[in-house]
Amino acid sequence: MKKNSKLKTQASSVIDIDYVSKLANLPLSNKERVLFEKQLKDVLTYISKLNEIDTDSIEPIGHITNLQNVLREDKPAPSLSQDDALKNAPKTYNGFFEVDAIFEEQ
Amino acid sequence: MTDFSNLTIHEASKLIQSKTLKALELTEACIGRAKKLNQQLNSFITICEEEAINRAKKVDKLIANGQKMNPLAGIPIGIKDLFSTKDIRTTAGSKLLENYVPVYDATSVYSLNNANVCIVGKTNLDAWAHGSSGENSDFGPTRNPHDLSRVPGGSSSGSAVSVSSGSSLAAMGTDTGGSIRLPASFCNVVGLKPTYGRVSRYGVIAMASSLDCIGHITKTVYDNALVLNVTAGEDGFDSTCTAQKSDDYTKDIEKSVKGLKIGIPKEYFENFDWKIKNLILEAVKKLEKLGAKIEDISLPHTEYGVATYYIIQPSEVSSNLARYDGIRFGKTREQFGSEAKRRIILGTYTLSSGYYDAYYLKAMKVRRLIRNDFVDVFKKVDVIICPVSPTLPFKLGEKVSDPLQMYLADIFTVTASLTGVPSLAVPCGFIGDLPVGMQIIGPDFSEKLLYQVGYAYEQETNWYKKTPKI
Repeated sequence: MKKNSKLKTQASSVIDIDYVSKLANLPLSNKERVLFEKQLKDVLTYISKLNEIDTDSIEPIGHITNLQNVLREDKPAPSLSQDDALKNAPKTYNGFFEVDAIFEEQ
Repeated sequence: MTDFSNLTIHEASKLIQSKTLKALELTEACIGRAKKLNQQLNSFITICEEEAINRAKKVDKLIANGQKMNPLAGIPIGIKDLFSTKDIRTTAGSKLLENYVPVYDATSVYSLNNANVCIVGKTNLDAWAHGSSGENSDFGPTRNPHDLSRVPGGSSSGSAVSVSSGSSLAAMGTDTGGSIRLPASFCNVVGLKPTYGRVSRYGVIAMASSLDCIGHITKTVYDNALVLNVTAGEDGFDSTCTAQKSDDYTKDIEKSVKGLKIGIPKEYFENFDWKIKNLILEAVKKLEKLGAKIEDISLPHTEYGVATYYIIQPSEVSSNLARYDGIRFGKTREQFGSEAKRRIILGTYTLSSGYYDAYYLKAMKVRRLIRNDFVDVFKKVDVIICPVSPTLPFKLGEKVSDPLQMYLADIFTVTASLTGVPSLAVPCGFIGDLPVGMQIIGPDFSEKLLYQVGYAYEQETNWYKKTPKI
């Protein structure tokens, strides 16, 4: 297990396009798969140059402005109407967004 | 019809408010020009004739009634088609959103409407603001008015071209890694990337949230300050937008640069077109003549800028574009163009389980080092001057099949994005007929100072008066 996690923190130079496109819910054509694999390999090689820098003692940037806990009073305010919110939806049902079934009935 | 295409906002506003020029006349002229030039330049996706004319009539009526108006009242402006505009189609340059009509305005659009601008139209862009050339638009590429065979720079391509070609007097844009500064530089206009948090991002389609800045493009530095006066300020709808008070950015703009310390970072003047380098150094000499002190400085982590940026940005892109599922609005995910798909794949990979530390976290650490370089340098100098682009506007098609080469066009602009500091791109001359721009970069919230430096230089050179022959 330890060995495995060590391995995974190393930058790789090939992307498993099938796996990643599934994670991203992004269908790709075969042509796109082949093309992206080649192009992204170049990009990964280029970005691996960051490994030249020792960053062990460096605090990562969290938020560039250093703003923290920006809160407002917890009070309702005017908002979009239900009709407006649904205006661009391709499919609606009784004032709701309609989606394809996620769980198949057995 | 009189030719108004060379008017600045400063000039037009005086004419409109003194009733010498009707807002309607000016707006009709800009709409006419936008329509005529669009076949050649393709700088607009949607032209909003009716809305603009109605607004202009309203402005003329209010002025006739003696109402005091904002200097932007009746000024024709373009809005990048990434900004939500109520009841006006907003495509992000992508077929995925080709039928999307927002039901609310972005905060910056709301503020501009309150100032009674006339929106000429929604300007073309690289789809989802992904690109450095304007060629990634699903609505066709925009062309550079200074040379139609060349790109105008991206992603705020149509915004820069609409101002440069006189179809609008200003245009809104977004800058995540150079998307305002690069097209401004390629089209001989002035572009501001404000400090991260200076202008509300609410209602602008998000690209990479830790980097996205809302700015604008104008013909002159003074005009640029006039627009920031309207868009800057706190917004309850964007928690990254600072409560720090905004300035009157035109006040003291004429202040001399005497005694000001300008840093020249050596890493930005190595290994690129010597002609561009010479033009920037000539501009620096001009400022030296006006009394500024020039100092050589170093920003040692510059060479890691693009690599850092191309981890952080696609990671955040993949997350922001996850919402486009075709359920609430827009079409389904197959409709994304190649560049968006490429970035979603790259970003999903760099954020995926087991790789986060090696990529995103590592990049956020290097980002700290890049920011520290700037923080240290600004203890010694007031502003930094460097190029916007390592090349002149390139030919259409030249880089489309090689994404890495396209990404490297951002080499001089990504660092200000990663560090959050403001940067003003100002025209600084021509090589042949092709424009060159320089960046004036300052510490957080120093927009007023950037305008003073830009203004002093512009008074000496007036490059904006050299308009394209179209």
